Amino acid sequence: MQVPLVDYLVLDGEPHLVAHECTSCGARFFDRRNACASCGGTEFRPVDVPTEGVLEAYTIVSFAAPGVPVPFVAGIVDCEGTSVRGNVINVEPDPEHVILGMKVKLTTFPIGTDTEGTEAVGYGFEPA
Amino acid sequence: MSDDVWILGIHMTKFGKHPDLDTVDLASEAALGALSDAQVTMRDMGVLAAGNLMAAAAGIGQQLQKQIGQTGIPVFNVANACATGATALRTAVMAIKAGEADFGLAVGVEKLAGAGLLSGGTRKQGDHTFTPHGRYGAVVPVDGRIGTETMPGVFAQVGMQYLFEHQYSGTPFELFARISEKNHSHSTLNPLAAYTKKMSLEQIMGDVMIAYPNTRPMCSANCDGAAAAVVVSDAKLKTLSKEQQRRAVKVAASILTSDPWEEACQVLPDVNTLTRNAATQAYEQAGVGPEDLDLVELHDCFATAELVHYDNLQLCEPGGAVDYFESGTTWRDGSLPVNVSGGLESKGHPIAATGIANIWEICQHLRGEGGDRQIEGAKVGLAHVIGLGSACGVHILEKAAA
Repeated sequence: MQVPLVDYLVLDGEPHLVAHECTSCGARFFDRRNACASCGGTEFRPVDVPTEGVLEAYTIVSFAAPGVPVPFVAGIVDCEGTSVRGNVINVEPDPEHVILGMKVKLTTFPIGTDTEGTEAVGYGFEPA
Repeated sequence: MSDDVWILGIHMTKFGKHPDLDTVDLASEAALGALSDAQVTMRDMGVLAAGNLMAAAAGIGQQLQKQIGQTGIPVFNVANACATGATALRTAVMAIKAGEADFGLAVGVEKLAGAGLLSGGTRKQGDHTFTPHGRYGAVVPVDGRIGTETMPGVFAQVGMQYLFEHQYSGTPFELFARISEKNHSHSTLNPLAAYTKKMSLEQIMGDVMIAYPNTRPMCSANCDGAAAAVVVSDAKLKTLSKEQQRRAVKVAASILTSDPWEEACQVLPDVNTLTRNAATQAYEQAGVGPEDLDLVELHDCFATAELVHYDNLQLCEPGGAVDYFESGTTWRDGSLPVNVSGGLESKGHPIAATGIANIWEICQHLRGEGGDRQIEGAKVGLAHVIGLGSACGVHILEKAAA
């Protein structure tokens, strides 16, 4: 059995991200919201976020909290108008290979298995 | 008679390691120093605003009163991350402008020496089974799995985002390292800085990489320190001595903003919009423009952050921060020196103290008391801090008229 790392990652079918979109103004949120931070609306609907995008910011983290394997590439991907936070994976973690503006696509990777045999699955972005 | 508020006295401790001084020792040194500099006493204060992030629940204001004078005045213990010091000053200024006090004391203090890597998120231990927790339904901590919570990494992305948006075609690492080189060079003239060693570009780029492109010397220095300011109403100032009036520095603008909603702010803090808003409000309140500034102390929590604030504070044309830096303008011998104190990278960043310490620096120059690092003829300065969450404090200070 698989569970997503976060509830905005949907694993059924083609893995993709789902955001809460404010029905009044269209603002999108990945976490549970009490009201829309942009317009105050209280109604949201789920929307699929495009799985392809452009890398618009990144860092290569060499020094992290204990237990976090380094180096890893943290980045911000513009998925056709929705900005998404994720790691850039399946690429050499250095400035020669990670390029601002590169096209990337959503992919998934295993996080680990718990004591009941459930596998957690995370998402990242890899070169498209 | 106006409703202006003035800085009557101001003091900062040396930033660095103070293993034998506790938080209240440092706060007391700063507060007593500011009162002495102002030639007033605790009995004159009508309001106290104080901040200390590491022990925010402990009530630093009242702890301080017990060491320097329990006079029963209102105490506001404030916290706004790295903008805490500016928030304390804003609070004291606001109380005076509201007519509730003639004199106010603002204090910021932190013991951060040896603190190591700071990060925004929490890494709670998970259950043995994968159960969704929190607003993202995360089954394990996401730091390192979905981006980074570490400050060097967050601010590295902020700088890189600027370069992407403005089609930078040069070498990001070297660009940001040269900003750090400037600040380390500036700090050699500041005896109160935590670090006063000049560092070459090669040394900075060759140092330990924390989060590309930020190496260790490109990150704000964790250290101990405190700063405090005494503020006074214009009406009361006019009753004080000629010398107190001569050395008073006008708070021409005192602004605090938070981050308005923007599409990407949930995935990367937007430190730009709220800073731009604060600067716009400050210039309007002070009746000056960026061209009137003689020096700026801005929030270089990381070398990558300083670049974007040249643009956010409207020191340069929109999109022009790289050219602006490369013109040499922001070095101490340039036309608008930025961070002559050494900035957070070299002077240090004891978090709650920084927002008052950078105003101390500006005051030294406006009073003609800047010693070896005096910026000649300085009349107007701008101090900026930003704390994630977010909060931005911008103050514009003006030398007293002769």
